[in-house]
Amino acid sequence: MTDILMPALSPTMEEGTLAKWHVKAGDTVKSGDVIAEIETDKATMEVEAVDEGVISEILVAEGAQEVKVNTPIARLAGEAGASPPAAAPQAAAGDPEKQPPEKAQPQPEGEGAVAVVPAEPLKDPELPAGVTLAKVTIRDALRDAMAEEMRRDPDVFLMGEEVAEYQGAYKVSRGLLEEFGARRVIDTPITEHGFAGLGVGAAMTGLKPIVEFMTFNFAMQAIDQIINSAAKTLYMSGGQLKTSIVFRGPNGAASRVAAQHSQDYASWYAHVPGLKVIAPYDAADAKGLLKAAIRDPNPVVFLEHEMLYGQEFDVPEGIDWVVPIGKAKVRREGNGVTIVAYSRMVGLSLKAAEILAAEGLEAEVVDLRTLRPLDHATIVESVKKTGRLVTVEEGWGPFGVGAYVAAKVVEEAFDWLDAPPARVCQEDVPLPYAANLEALSLPSVEKIVAAAKAVAYR
Amino acid sequence: MARGQTGEVARRKPNGDGRFAADKDELLRFYREMLMIRRFEERAGQLYGMGLIGGFCHLYIGQEAIAVGVEAVREPGDQIITGYRDHGHMLACGMDPKEVMAELTGRIGGSSRGKGGSMHMFSMEAGFYGGHGIVGAQVSLGTGLALANKYRGDGRVSFTYFGDGAANQGQVYESFNMAELWSLPAIYVIENNQYAMGTSVERSSALVELSKRGASFNIPGEQVDGMDVLAVRDAARKAAEHARSGKGPYILEMKTYRYRGHSMSDPAKYRTREEVDEVRKTRDPIDHVEELLEKHGWADAAGLKEIDAEVKRIVADAAEFARTSPEPDPSELYTDVYTEVRA
Repeated sequence: MTDILMPALSPTMEEGTLAKWHVKAGDTVKSGDVIAEIETDKATMEVEAVDEGVISEILVAEGAQEVKVNTPIARLAGEAGASPPAAAPQAAAGDPEKQPPEKAQPQPEGEGAVAVVPAEPLKDPELPAGVTLAKVTIRDALRDAMAEEMRRDPDVFLMGEEVAEYQGAYKVSRGLLEEFGARRVIDTPITEHGFAGLGVGAAMTGLKPIVEFMTFNFAMQAIDQIINSAAKTLYMSGGQLKTSIVFRGPNGAASRVAAQHSQDYASWYAHVPGLKVIAPYDAADAKGLLKAAIRDPNPVVFLEHEMLYGQEFDVPEGIDWVVPIGKAKVRREGNGVTIVAYSRMVGLSLKAAEILAAEGLEAEVVDLRTLRPLDHATIVESVKKTGRLVTVEEGWGPFGVGAYVAAKVVEEAFDWLDAPPARVCQEDVPLPYAANLEALSLPSVEKIVAAAKAVAYR
Repeated sequence: MARGQTGEVARRKPNGDGRFAADKDELLRFYREMLMIRRFEERAGQLYGMGLIGGFCHLYIGQEAIAVGVEAVREPGDQIITGYRDHGHMLACGMDPKEVMAELTGRIGGSSRGKGGSMHMFSMEAGFYGGHGIVGAQVSLGTGLALANKYRGDGRVSFTYFGDGAANQGQVYESFNMAELWSLPAIYVIENNQYAMGTSVERSSALVELSKRGASFNIPGEQVDGMDVLAVRDAARKAAEHARSGKGPYILEMKTYRYRGHSMSDPAKYRTREEVDEVRKTRDPIDHVEELLEKHGWADAAGLKEIDAEVKRIVADAAEFARTSPEPDPSELYTDVYTEVRA
């Protein structure tokens, strides 16, 4: 004997009206037969039999209202072998909302990544004695990183618009087609959503694609694949399906290309658990972090800057230079004010620090390098020394990187702060085209100097 | 109509020209596999009604011949990927009904340890790449699986399933373009069940013959009776041979029908009960195989009932497992966000 229960037709349904019976006691039913109609305030739906058997008794009369979900509504004399339905769900499933996650230690946001941060403190590799430094542009450092990793691992390949025959829209992939051939350096059509999805699909099989976006502005077309397919799948699969993939390209404002080509997406991607997000400033970091990103088993968003591509910096020669993901770098030490920045804004912050030093205010410049997982320990340590915080980002202020850094500092170093944190950001407008308005809109050395002085009450 | 002494059978309609042959064992296997999906889905619907399954739950009832027929031609290493109406594909490709049902109930014994749910399951062992909740996303991903096959040159092909609704997503055509451009071994299986949620194909598609949707990319396509497992199998075999031989992608439009609503909470007011009943009575994929089996004397009512009882037992065991497997430990909340980096 099996009870047929009042079904829930939606996750929120608690009760309904038994509008109509299609069967009566004595009727034989089989799987799929419509036995009743149920009404809620939203809809009428038919109830189908799951088990075969003979209806032995109707327990709730036609027309009955406010019948609670899981109330027995009829009784079925089942055939041998038909199993009774499971017990009432309240007893079995419980209500997840009512179950406190008693054993889950709440972790600070941005730190689902805790498991990937090794117990050993992260350090940049030591330079072996005798290693020479060469002046290399960011553009070539990125290229060298890809080339070295492609030589090292046959599963690494590059795809994107104009990466092969054109040699890269910004010449970052110069020479790669000649060395690795069209199988591993793949020109795609202009089809960001599609090729990002192809890259993620290939990564799901264990390949390690580098997907180049001509700029991250165009990656908005592909962001569904980056977030819904790449970032979330490891979790949704209970750890089965890894996607080792790098999405890279220039991010932020170039010069005079106006609003649609000038956005900083750092906070967009850094918001998402499952992604790692990197935004290097100099060539050694660009190379070392890109190599780390390619080797990383997780999806990595690697934000470059067009205005930095042509700048030269020292890069170690002749060694396998890999910089750890998740470690900020103190670019300049000082005890008067902490300036936190990433990507091109580090350069502006260092210039601002020189001006401030000339005026007697020693700024400590922290280059975040990795936005997720964020190295807040380095930031907090610096603020504990200086008591003052200025954040600098090219993106908009609301809900941005600076807002998050300031929140972490307030949470972890409130008692050390001698002034409210200040944020230097892009003005809260789409980036204008006119040269004067563009300059007014973006962060500048002057704005950083002014913010630092303000928090130092100078 | 029997053909010669081999005992091969042919489909009576509508493609009944004698092409669709099967032997006894294969036909019995198809019967059992389709019945397994149907009984599993009926039980899932019941557990949903009892509140044991939450959120969305999209049942595959009516479409069983497609997952089962395509699976019959899949070779080891070939991949499958689909959207959110995915339970049938998982069972067809050999995933354990227990782990699928336990994922539906959100338990630790589920294939995603309770973290994915109905729409998000995966099995690397079975070559099943999900289970994707964003309509159309699996088409780019499945094309990426094909790209990987071509990159490796391993002779594998990918089967990408999507519905008539997804067929209107832009990334489908971005993917078609690249698949043909690069001759990727991709088979696109469009499960045209006539309704994208509540919107019929006629109300959503300028060109309703979805098999022609690859025409502007030069991708061959054909319509298949998706309610006939033998027609499905033969079409899938032809498409797989095409893709495997390096000729590029192939589109199969499976004409099918879902008996239940779009999801459990869909009252399906956009079609009549008579329309559903007509399909169930005249085109049901399981009834069709049952008729063939009986006609050729390969199974009688008692034999089929035995299969049904066995299938029901497996499904009942799966339901019991799904009900009794514990919820994930709270410590699971923070696992599987990132793959650990080994130093």
